[in-house]
Amino acid sequence: MQMELKTQKEGDFYIIKIKGELEASSSVQLDDAIQDVIDQGGSKILFDCLELSYISSPGIGVFTSRIEDHEEGTLSMALFGMNDKVFNVFKILGLDKLLPIVTTKDEAKPLI
Amino acid sequence: MTQKIRVSCSKSNLKTIRDFVNSVLGEHEIPDKEMNLIIVAIDEVCSNLIIHSHSCNSADELEIRITSESENLVFEIIDQGEIFNITDYSVPTMEKVIKNKKNGGIGLILVKKIMDRIQIEKNEGLNVCRLYKSLAR
Repeated sequence: MQMELKTQKEGDFYIIKIKGELEASSSVQLDDAIQDVIDQGGSKILFDCLELSYISSPGIGVFTSRIEDHEEGTLSMALFGMNDKVFNVFKILGLDKLLPIVTTKDEAKPLI
Repeated sequence: MTQKIRVSCSKSNLKTIRDFVNSVLGEHEIPDKEMNLIIVAIDEVCSNLIIHSHSCNSADELEIRITSESENLVFEIIDQGEIFNITDYSVPTMEKVIKNKKNGGIGLILVKKIMDRIQIEKNEGLNVCRLYKSLAR
C-alpha cells in the first residue's frame, strides 16, 4: 500500500493523518507536509497514526530530525493511535521517551 | 529449508521484499511485533544496498534467501558490485542522530538491535550480507 497523507486544522492544532507505509519511498512526503504546516505558521502538530501500518528508518528520521525543535518548543509534536508493531519500532530506539506517543487524539492535545 | 526471491534494485521493490519476508516468517509461530522487527531489519539492509551501493539502478539485482533450521533463521542478501560492509560502520547513538538532524544511522541501529549477528562475505564476485536471528526464548 502506498502512503496517503491528509492535513486538517482543528483550532491551533494541525492533524496530519498518515495512512499506509512510511518508508524509503514515502518519507519525503511527510517531511514536506510538516514543512507546509510550519510555513503556514503552525507549531502544534498531531500525527494520526491509526492507519499507519509500517515504519522503517526513513520514516523514523522524519520525527527524529525535528525532536530538537520539539524540545526547544518551536514545534510541538505528539503521535497517537499507533498499532503495537509500529510503536515497537519507536520503543526499540528509545523514542517513546522523547516523543509523546498516546492512544487517542484527546489524550494527545493537552500534551503539546 | 531455503526460500529465495530476486528483485531489481528499485526502491519500489522494498515492498516486494517485505511481503516475501512476511510470507516466509508467517510459516513460523513468531509474535507479530517480533516478526515486524525482523522485516524492518531486512528492509533496512536492502534499502541501504539499493540506494547506496546500486544508486537505485533497476538493471542491478538483489537476491534474498531465508533459511530456517529449527529455531534459527538465516537471512542472506546477495548482490554484485561494490561491497557495502555495514559492519565497517560504527553505530551512532540516537542522541547523535537527533543532534545531527539527519536520519543516517537509524537503519543501522535498528539492524544491530534486532539481529543477533551480522556477517559480510565476498565470494566469487558476490557480496553476501548474512543476518542471524534466533527465535528461541
